[in-house]
Amino acid sequence: MENPIIEVKKLSKKFILAHNRLPYETFRDTVTNLVKKPIRMLRGEKKLKKEEFWALKDVSFEIQKGEAIGLIGPNGSGKSTLLKLLSQITAPTEGEIILRGKVASLLEVGTGFHPELTGRENIFLNGAILGMTKKEIAQKFRSIAQFSGVEKFLDTPIKRYSSGMNVRLAFSVAAHMEPDILIVDEVLAVGDAEFQKKCLGKMDEVTKEAGRTVILVSHNMEAIKKLCKRCILLKEGKIVMFDQTSKVVDTYLQGAQFATQQPLRQRRDRISKGRVTMTDIAVTTLSGKTEIESGDALRFWVKYESIFTKPIQNVRMVIMIVNDDLQNILWFDNEVSEHTITEFSPNGEFLCETGPLNLVPGRYFINLNFHIDGASEDSVLMAASFEVKENLQKFEFQKSADYKVANFIAPFRYSQEK
Amino acid sequence: MSNTNISITIKPRSGWVSLNLRELWLYKELFYIFAWRDIKVRYKQTVIGILWAFFQPISTMIIFSVFFGGLAKIPSDGIPYPIFVYSGLLYWNYFSISLGGSSNSLVANEAVIKKIYFPRLLLPLSTTITPIIDFGIAILVLFGLMVYYHFTPTLLGIILIPVLVLLSFLSASGLGSLLAAINVRFRDVREVLPFFIQILFFVTPVIYPSTLVPDKYQWILALNPMVGIIDAARAGIVGDKPINFQLLLISAIIAVVLFIVGIFYFKKTEKIFADVS
Ligand SMILES: Nc1ncnc2c1ncn2[C@@H]1O[C@H](COP(=O)(O)OP(=O)(O)O)[C@@H](O)[C@H]1O
Ligand SMILES: [Mg+2]
Repeated sequence: MENPIIEVKKLSKKFILAHNRLPYETFRDTVTNLVKKPIRMLRGEKKLKKEEFWALKDVSFEIQKGEAIGLIGPNGSGKSTLLKLLSQITAPTEGEIILRGKVASLLEVGTGFHPELTGRENIFLNGAILGMTKKEIAQKFRSIAQFSGVEKFLDTPIKRYSSGMNVRLAFSVAAHMEPDILIVDEVLAVGDAEFQKKCLGKMDEVTKEAGRTVILVSHNMEAIKKLCKRCILLKEGKIVMFDQTSKVVDTYLQGAQFATQQPLRQRRDRISKGRVTMTDIAVTTLSGKTEIESGDALRFWVKYESIFTKPIQNVRMVIMIVNDDLQNILWFDNEVSEHTITEFSPNGEFLCETGPLNLVPGRYFINLNFHIDGASEDSVLMAASFEVKENLQKFEFQKSADYKVANFIAPFRYSQEK
Repeated sequence: MSNTNISITIKPRSGWVSLNLRELWLYKELFYIFAWRDIKVRYKQTVIGILWAFFQPISTMIIFSVFFGGLAKIPSDGIPYPIFVYSGLLYWNYFSISLGGSSNSLVANEAVIKKIYFPRLLLPLSTTITPIIDFGIAILVLFGLMVYYHFTPTLLGIILIPVLVLLSFLSASGLGSLLAAINVRFRDVREVLPFFIQILFFVTPVIYPSTLVPDKYQWILALNPMVGIIDAARAGIVGDKPINFQLLLISAIIAVVLFIVGIFYFKKTEKIFADVS
């Protein structure tokens, strides 16, 4: 057998957090500490300890040429760190990586895009940053422009683009890279669904036809299942499992269910942390029952705290219901409704009440995202879960053997013109 | 497949660092692109960009001539103050803009550093190369002033220009790389930097002649590489006195040392840039 294209041996990465818990220090503090040190020593105090943190510990695996490997795990489990090590952005603390091919990494969409430059100029800039030569970009230019669908605006500075256009342009450049090994972090989370599909298609094509090796991080289990035969599951910096995708995804989802049992306040795997912290969540029916059945109207109840003392303006609150394949099912976003509030008190609790929901029986998860002025202040995936039980009286529909093919059924009627 | 023979081994980096010039060479296109980006953004509105490149040194020269030459009567080795101060400002501006830019280059490109691998040295180097364009524009004004004041440069003075620019580049990029690396770790260095450059300005004979300092202390002055550079530039162009090669040699040595020390410190700390930014 050929040598594996990627070999990772006992790889570890340690971060050192300064005492201010930020990765960097200030000169002022350092000097102050130098001065204080003798005093502290005289007093017999111990020196300020810097915190060490192993983001990855003893990770080993091999990947063969042409494989597409999914990398999944809760937030903070070290996925991005592993990708950064593979793409040489940061240096390992211990261990070794052997890469037998040219690597390109896409850890973010549109890295290095400059708002003042035009779409055309940014294609060259971003392409070069991603490791393409000028000649290569020039050759592929038309194809990139076409794929992006923003051809008409190529000579406009991209600061005038909508964020969707930006993402399209960036993806198009990235989709035209031709490395032997492609490393992709959670970038498919942005962009509209259709364009995401197009990119997934392109990536699939690239792995199957060009024999490219891909490592993909995503929270989109559907995409992972579609693209990757095998998956790595990371948890707290260690490999828990490296096996067939379906098995690994199942294990991961079981773990995710487990995480929802942790109190919201204690969840450390937050996607974003800011000036607001959601501390508790509950779901009941409108009448207050915790036993939820198909056809019930629901009430979500969220407690939160913030650093503010005055009412918070411009809040965008999103509650997302996902199924146990982590597909989005329902979306409660105060920005798309007029009958709601956007000003929240600095702390306390808020409610979200829905109409009757014809959810088919099964387990559902709740994602929470609290934004202020368009920026996410607190976001927790799978903040809680709830079970929907069968209730054929309330559920407006006939029970048929396979009505569970979907998650949600809305009122409908078939008819035919006579 | 084409690249089957490529093999990279990534291991913990420690101990002695190599410059890895081969790798820098491999990334030369990215170097051009970074420089091209900076130029493009600077001269986006071409006319305004070029006008600014003229306006900035000319207006400084006029203000300095009025206040330092006219009112404060700072000596200028017997040559008209405007041309005296301008011949110094030309190099000083290049040096200070490059130094400021390169010292901030890592923090300014933090987003790219965290997401893409490339030799980080490209950043301070490309930010010290691009202001040479401004220098090229500003030197036209000097030629204009020379015609106006009827000065003929010496041949040696002309030949020295590229050498002096190179020495300014070595000083700015060396010191800039050093400060850029420190700046990543200690974020408050950035706040001190403008003050530091200001102080450097006053200990560099831009608005006053180096002859103001007694001969036996001149070598101390020359530890600041811009002293020898500006002194030689002025002597070569306006011929206020013979070129002081001893002073220039000290400055040249310091420039080279600064460059080597800066680059090596940069390389030595390079591996943590993506972690702490
Ligand atoms: N530069 C850094 N300095 C300190 N800690 C870091 C740094 N980068 C990541 N970490 C920590 O390492 C852990 C793993 O992070 P990451 O690899 O981004 O996780 P994931 O991508 O799986 O969400 C997290 O706890 C994170 O806070
Ligand atoms: Mg990540």
